[in-house]
Amino acid sequence: MKAPRLTDTTLRDGSHAMKHQFTRQQVRDVAQALDKAGVPVLEVTHGDGLAGSSIQYGFSRTNELDLIEEARDAVTKAKIAALLLPGIGTRKELKEAISRGIQVVRIATQCTEADISQQHFGMAKEMGLEAVGFLMMSHMRLPEFLAEQALLMESYGADCVYVVDSAGALLPDGAATRVRALKGVLKVQVGFHAHNNLGLGVGNTLAAVEAGADQVDGTLRGLGAGAGNTATELIAATLDKLGFEHEWDVFALLDAAEFVVAPFMPFQPIPDRDSIAIGYAGVYSTFLLHAKRLGQQYNVDPLEILVELGRRKTVAGQEDWILDVTLELAKQKGSGE
Amino acid sequence: MTSASLNGKVKVAILGSGNIGSDLMFKILREPGHMELTLLSGIEPQSEGLARAQSLGINASYEGIQPILDDPDIRIVFDATSAHAHIHHAKLLRESGRIAIDLTPAARGPYVIPPVNLGAHIDEPNVNLTTCGGQATVPLVYAVSRVTPLPYAEIVSTIASLSAGPGTRQNIDEFTFTTARGLEAIGGAQHGKAIIILNPADPPILMRNTIYALLESEDVDREAIVKSVEEMVSAVRAYVPGYRLKNEPVFEVRDTPEGRRTLVVMLLEVTGAGDFLPSYAGNLDIMTASARQVGEMFANHILSQEVVS
Repeated sequence: MKAPRLTDTTLRDGSHAMKHQFTRQQVRDVAQALDKAGVPVLEVTHGDGLAGSSIQYGFSRTNELDLIEEARDAVTKAKIAALLLPGIGTRKELKEAISRGIQVVRIATQCTEADISQQHFGMAKEMGLEAVGFLMMSHMRLPEFLAEQALLMESYGADCVYVVDSAGALLPDGAATRVRALKGVLKVQVGFHAHNNLGLGVGNTLAAVEAGADQVDGTLRGLGAGAGNTATELIAATLDKLGFEHEWDVFALLDAAEFVVAPFMPFQPIPDRDSIAIGYAGVYSTFLLHAKRLGQQYNVDPLEILVELGRRKTVAGQEDWILDVTLELAKQKGSGE
Repeated sequence: MTSASLNGKVKVAILGSGNIGSDLMFKILREPGHMELTLLSGIEPQSEGLARAQSLGINASYEGIQPILDDPDIRIVFDATSAHAHIHHAKLLRESGRIAIDLTPAARGPYVIPPVNLGAHIDEPNVNLTTCGGQATVPLVYAVSRVTPLPYAEIVSTIASLSAGPGTRQNIDEFTFTTARGLEAIGGAQHGKAIIILNPADPPILMRNTIYALLESEDVDREAIVKSVEEMVSAVRAYVPGYRLKNEPVFEVRDTPEGRRTLVVMLLEVTGAGDFLPSYAGNLDIMTASARQVGEMFANHILSQEVVS
């Protein structure tokens, strides 16, 4: 059987763990290694998508458009993708990214708000791009509901719609039923994007593939938000062992992870105390480093901050509420100085 | 020109009988000031908004702008229809000498934020209320920039999904552009950035805004900034009672691409008055409350001119 299409997002989701400090050289090296190893799509953008460089999410060290161009120049076969979150990025940045060489755009909304993406899908299709829909924080809604939102994206022109487990909160059955629900109604492809907060990155991705996912995501060494993503080299190796037909080179991916990415990683994302709390409480994985920083600054346990953010049903992109919750918890503790 | 009114009031009308028009109607009826609301006009004969207006003793029409054009005593017209419709209305209202207060994104006249720049546009025939995020955040950006140079301001508006109508959803980029422009042109930031997030939590969240002001240097007069911000919050609260900062402004020193800078963070919450729309919809309330305030200031201006002449 044919393997699902693999999209590597080391240079986008990995941007969170790198605090958006990727250099041109790192991007060139990673892109080259992935291209050589036969990965067909590489995503390169600020972690929060085009125009994500901000006080809210962290400033990019290098302009993401320059990084996109760097990646495009480094590859021979792979397509370069960019992420776009309507509400943060706009068609203006999408147009710029297209002029710098992206061939795929992944358009992400909170899984209840697909109808804010119509103008962006419209432009992507008009300009001849492949357009992928991203339903973020998919654990927050039931499969049938997600299927309706996916249908909206399909009607706007999506070539594929992803179930995105932004919080790493899904269990294998939850991943599979959601993918199956989308497969049941869409004419276009279905994808799955995992986070490893509960240690289920590979497990959930395999469950999604078994349920029919046509596309899956990974990052080398799992470099990404929270406890990181499904490791590209791991999912590549396991799908190979399962007997799927594919065009990637497992050993080349192991080398890329070990010798290209690991040396510049500031830390190895793993399901540690605070990351597990993210998956358990169902909050956006990118909150991790912000909660750690503010917890330290205001002497509040990051775990408490993350659990409270889950209780308040925060969604993708609400990093500003981390300060709000931290200040409230600090006041309650009487430790605010 | 006809006299404003015998009873020292200026006649006003609302175009658009949807949720925004209805909430504005309730606000003006509750606190008319120097305005007399004489008409609510829509285009749907079966509109609930029109029925509501009638039950409150306000003339209601489904003939759109025509009854306004037919009544020369109406001097101020609030337009709560759509950008598309307002482009048509703006021309007719201007030709017939009426003042248009535009709540749509059409922007045929200058953007106004009542406590910041309305005074400069009080003789304009058409003013626009920019966006809900702009009404909420531009005053606080201005409060900082009037104290110290402000190279960069960034705002995040988070609103309840239920309070975001199809107009906002289909044009979310325009929210971003218009609000960012407002931060620069009216707020006084050299560069502005706006982010909007829809949150579907149930029960719905109150409208929240975070304002980040990145100052030129590390060395700033924090007390003067806090005082200026507090004064501005009071000024807005005078017409938007549910406008409040959750905390005193927070000062941090951050590393930025331009070096170490002082960052001021303001966490703002806007609770709606619940006149017609639910109180969580602070984003809609601040639009109708600002519109009423702009209307009142125009009405005062008209009356003062007539006394002089």
